Amino acid sequence: MAPLLELQDVEARYGPVQALHGVSLTVGEGEIVAVLGGNGAGKTTTLRAISGLVTKSGEVRFAGRRITRAAPERVARIGIAHVPEGRGIFQELSVHENLRLGAYLRRDGFDEGYERARAYFPWLDDRRGQQAGTLSGGEQQMLALARALMSRPRLLLLDEPSLGLAPIVVRELFEIVRQLNEKDGLAVLVVEQNAKLALRSSNRAYVLEVGRVALEGPSAELEQNDSVRKAYLGY
Amino acid sequence: MAEFFQQVVAGLASGSIYALLALAIVIIYRSTGVVNFAQGEMATFTTFIAWTLVDHGLGYWPAFALTLVIAFVGGIALERTIIRPVEGKPVVTVVILTIGLFIMLGGLTNWIWKAEVRSFPPSRPFPTDAWHIGDVAISKQDVGILLVTIGLVGGLWALFQLTKLGLALRASAVNPTASRLVGIRVGWMLAFGWGLAAAIGAVAGLFTAAASPPLEPNMMRPILIYAFAAAVVGGLESAVGAVIGGLAIGVALNLIATYDEHLHIELDRVRLPIALLLILTVLLVRPAGLFGKAVLRRV
Amino acid sequence: MSRLVAARTAVTAIALVLAIVAMFLAPRWDKIGDIKGQQMGVYFIAILGLNIVTGYTGQISLAQGAFMAVGGYTTAILVVDHGVRDLWTIPIAALVAGVAGFLVGIPALKLSGLYVALATFGLAVAMPDILGWDKLDAVTKSGHEIQLFNSPDLIGKGFEDVTFLGHTLTFTRATYYLTWAIALVMLAVAWLVLRGGPGRAFRAVRDSELAATSSGVHIAAYKTFAFALSAAYAGVAGSLLVIAVAFADPNSFPAKLSLTILVGAVVAGLGSLWGVLIGAAFVQFLPDAAVHISKAQGVPDAVYGAALILIVLLLPTGFAGGLRRLFSPLTTRLYTRS
Repeated sequence: MAPLLELQDVEARYGPVQALHGVSLTVGEGEIVAVLGGNGAGKTTTLRAISGLVTKSGEVRFAGRRITRAAPERVARIGIAHVPEGRGIFQELSVHENLRLGAYLRRDGFDEGYERARAYFPWLDDRRGQQAGTLSGGEQQMLALARALMSRPRLLLLDEPSLGLAPIVVRELFEIVRQLNEKDGLAVLVVEQNAKLALRSSNRAYVLEVGRVALEGPSAELEQNDSVRKAYLGY
Repeated sequence: MAEFFQQVVAGLASGSIYALLALAIVIIYRSTGVVNFAQGEMATFTTFIAWTLVDHGLGYWPAFALTLVIAFVGGIALERTIIRPVEGKPVVTVVILTIGLFIMLGGLTNWIWKAEVRSFPPSRPFPTDAWHIGDVAISKQDVGILLVTIGLVGGLWALFQLTKLGLALRASAVNPTASRLVGIRVGWMLAFGWGLAAAIGAVAGLFTAAASPPLEPNMMRPILIYAFAAAVVGGLESAVGAVIGGLAIGVALNLIATYDEHLHIELDRVRLPIALLLILTVLLVRPAGLFGKAVLRRV
Repeated sequence: MSRLVAARTAVTAIALVLAIVAMFLAPRWDKIGDIKGQQMGVYFIAILGLNIVTGYTGQISLAQGAFMAVGGYTTAILVVDHGVRDLWTIPIAALVAGVAGFLVGIPALKLSGLYVALATFGLAVAMPDILGWDKLDAVTKSGHEIQLFNSPDLIGKGFEDVTFLGHTLTFTRATYYLTWAIALVMLAVAWLVLRGGPGRAFRAVRDSELAATSSGVHIAAYKTFAFALSAAYAGVAGSLLVIAVAFADPNSFPAKLSLTILVGAVVAGLGSLWGVLIGAAFVQFLPDAAVHISKAQGVPDAVYGAALILIVLLLPTGFAGGLRRLFSPLTTRLYTRS
């Protein structure tokens, strides 16, 4: 079966600086795939390349269709939800408005999407009118995730979800992601600096270094890999 | 006392015009981050178009409506052609661009219509007589302008707060990247903002021509300054502030002009400097404007 | 030497050659050449000043024309009312305008870029009205329209020939040389200031106020100093303008003048001295060229505005930036500040 998402030899640049030197990876239906690497390795750029936020060459395919040249609006339309670094919520708008925006592309589906969101994040109801920027860091990240779910995506792109959050909140977050994957079959591509957590929560993983894939394989194996342990797991 | 009341109403009418232009400025600023120095000239240009329509036999209100549509389309075209390339560029670059637009439109207006004296003949938006209630004479035109402005502002509020399009517009202004990620065509939202602002500006221009004839190419220049003052007083990002600011400035300037004779300061000749003083004072005391949110800079 | 340095050396050489040519060519052109050349010199000085405050410290000032008015009126009042020799009024005009710039610079500290632009724009628009305010007429003996023509303290009384170092020059020729001589001096001063400590401080302020403060740069002092200095330049320019025209009135300093100077600075390329001559030439000669295209009313403005828009779209960093882009492509912008 063809993978849900496929990247082939993707190169990307920011002006004169090249960030990705030919990245190839796949995400299968219902898989959770992690992308690890240090600062500047190109993890965030990879997600932005998928979303069309950065100019690139190479091939990106989703469900068999080429989306290499697609603009972000179109990428969202075909079923990819991207939760960017820094959450990407609308700080000045209310929680409710953020969720409405998540469902922007669905003509019908606000109520249905909202039911799902509420199931995972029951506190959303009480805070509907609150300005998103006044939520705590963890709540904002949850809101970002809830917003991504509103469009019923097939693939979720998560960029550094644990950034700036307390460990217990991060665990909660990953638990929710795991449930979404198990119960709803949502495929996830997660970029994380917290290598241990990422490897524990994913099926497969890629390690990026200097814009290239240095290592890849089942997460359980990578967790035992010596170089990965030394470089990213600290032992 | 009667005089006072009359002048307040007149001030509200002229203030409505400042408020509308200020609103246009704020809409463009909020959505694209550009301070549009050409807003006044855009309004003048579209008002001249309206005049041409009326001159060729179209009734006033049909011409009014058609002009709004033309302005809307023109605003969208402007954003897509010359504003889009400078998105994200330094402030100075964008300022010069709108200044260039200001100069170019002014020149075009002069060239196409020449600087002859003209007023909207013979149709006018509102009857020019007045209601007499006791001692007080209230100009029907003033009331008409005020009512239409209130209606327009109300309609805009409804658009922005109650509709999906309005939500998308606000989202595009607040966080363009995140907006794109939820599927909003941000580019077109920004263009829509410009179209909307151009149409609102057109209304301001049309009312100016009606309230202070004759229609001439320079007519919006001082109004632009008052509109900037109103927008700034309200905080460049606050639509509510812009409207209240505009009305307040209209009333204040009118009262000053009226009672100037008693004060012997000859303030009437320095209305512009007074507006400037207002801008400066507000900016110094509350840089975010009276209605704006203070921006905290996280170090 | 690097290509950029080579290009700049070439530019300087060409400018020098042009200068010498202009000096010898001058006797061959008529009075109009003098007048336009002199005006260009005035723009040159004003643009130089604006570049200091906007290009080097990043504060957008739309009030350069207003400061020119301050300088110009200082000269007019001193010459006509107090019998001060015109040349001596120039440094005084610079001082007075500088103080005005300082006074404007202080409140500007509290405002962010765009608001400074708006506030100074308001100042520029209001200046003609302020100058024309009847209540201010008490300050000058002659009201707000001051006639320098025929004043004994003005070079050639505004119309007569002048003798200098044995040569006889017409009034227009003399003011032309005077203006450019002063312009060159001002350029040298700017170059020295910008090259040294203040220049580095200015650039630090522009690029990151936070980093500058942490490095010990006294932001407020440098920002207001920049405003004062640029206003002083404007004062000199305004003074020369009034001397050359032998007349001062509010309409000599409309809002459009401030806009013109800003346009000149942007076309020149902010943050660098290399393009100022081009900028001055642009604002001086493009409107004239536009008139040649068609004398119909409004066309010159339309062409000028369109040209401006094109330049901003195609060459946003101005002439100096374009030079840099051509010869030193890794630095794509002259500076970035949003």
